[in-house]
Amino acid sequence: MLITKPSDIKPSEITSKSVYLSRRNFLKTSINTGIAGSVASSGILMSGNAQAAKLDNIQKSPYSTIGEDLTDYDSITTYNNFYEFGTNKEDPAKYSGQFNPKPWSIQVDGECNKPGEIGLEDLIKPHTLEERIYRLRCVEAWSMVIPWVGIPLGDILKRFEPTANAKYVAFSTIFRPDEMPGQRSRVLRWPYLEGLRIDEAMHPLSILSVGLYGEELLNQSGAPIRLVVPWKYGYKSIKSIVKISFVEKQPRTAWNDSAPNEYGFYSNVNPNRNHPRWSQKKERRIGEFLKRETLMFNGYANQVASLYEGMNLLKNH
Amino acid sequence: MQKLYKPLLFSAALLPLAVLIYNGINDKLTANPIEYITHYTGDWTIYFLLITLSITPLRNLSGKIFIVRFRRMLGLFAFFYGCLHFLTYFVLDQFFDFDAIIEDIVDRPYVTVGFTAFVLLIPLAITSTKKMIARLGSNWRRLHSLIYVITALGILHYYWLVKADITVPLTLALIFTFLLVMRLPMAKNVKNTLFSTSN
Repeated sequence: MLITKPSDIKPSEITSKSVYLSRRNFLKTSINTGIAGSVASSGILMSGNAQAAKLDNIQKSPYSTIGEDLTDYDSITTYNNFYEFGTNKEDPAKYSGQFNPKPWSIQVDGECNKPGEIGLEDLIKPHTLEERIYRLRCVEAWSMVIPWVGIPLGDILKRFEPTANAKYVAFSTIFRPDEMPGQRSRVLRWPYLEGLRIDEAMHPLSILSVGLYGEELLNQSGAPIRLVVPWKYGYKSIKSIVKISFVEKQPRTAWNDSAPNEYGFYSNVNPNRNHPRWSQKKERRIGEFLKRETLMFNGYANQVASLYEGMNLLKNH
Repeated sequence: MQKLYKPLLFSAALLPLAVLIYNGINDKLTANPIEYITHYTGDWTIYFLLITLSITPLRNLSGKIFIVRFRRMLGLFAFFYGCLHFLTYFVLDQFFDFDAIIEDIVDRPYVTVGFTAFVLLIPLAITSTKKMIARLGSNWRRLHSLIYVITALGILHYYWLVKADITVPLTLALIFTFLLVMRLPMAKNVKNTLFSTSN
């Protein structure tokens, strides 16, 4: 599928290759956008977790969202919905210390020519890490702006050569109740499952993220690898992925299992659809006082609305 | 000594608020302080409702009549935390956005029942004075039995809010049920038998 409107960034604003190849310069440009300050202070702010390792050779991307203040590192890493580590927002940062994301491998199966189990390093190696600044909108009506580090999901999926029968991509989080205390109670059906339509998965905004703020993901953020789909509610962006399947039928998803009338398969950010718990018309950006209007597709309508042409988005929520 | 109980209890009932303020000053209200304050004050409203409802069974079990004197104060603290909860929602969360508030009350069941519970608390607070008790006579008791409805609605409000983890609202519902059971004549008899045999 051809994406005609890739981004709202001007070509002149894209950092040239000579700049982004240098770690030193990456940091220098980061200072201008306010990143480095938070990176520098993150060592003090992090609690209960080992200092995250820096990621090298991160390339800037034209798909990054511009004109937004980044949410500070401390908020991103201490205010999480990751029920595998508990249902309170502070739980994932507090109770994910036992989780060991290394070594890691992902099983890829289903409708593809090259299924198999692949180590995380081998999965990432052929690709260039990109910085992707995206808005993140939680269905609970709060939002953040996060400088993810990742790889376009489509680029990775293509390596496994999905067949014509691959209509959907299903994802699964690891199931390790010994290391993930939340999985010991049946709050959700474990393991956590998510899915995308294949064209959504191949969309250039969809990424697999391995880091944020230039560092590897901490456990509470979905280490070592997670999905990020910025035009959908946060729970679609499944964490600690251990399995990817190409499938013909729409796969089951965790929150849809839990409450189908509230959380649909698509779960596109939609201020027009009434939700029984939270108004989706507005959101509170973490760190701000007054709420702001929520934008259709979380502000990415120019890039993704064409995926849903002719669909009733209130029905197919 | 008994003279000290009331001021001591009064101070203890203010502790949750003191802790909240202390955590606020020390920036310990998570990355989303407004949500935290909303949940915290809501929790304590329900806790104080249950504490208030535990006075009668406590009196029956312990035989210490004087503890009933604390019931009004405890009930008023439930109202106090309920006010903080409502004001947090009204001012900090919605910032006087009446359209959004009305939409919430009409469209979102958990707000509908929570708001109803809060509104029902108001006449109870107003009629809590000695003068009103005297003036209302036997109607006072009937009016104040609304506390059972209010507590039930408050717990339902919590239950309908949570996404998946119903542990806390379920625990509160169990405590509430227990406190209701302790009011049955049967439960009182159990106590009486215990009491008479020990005598």
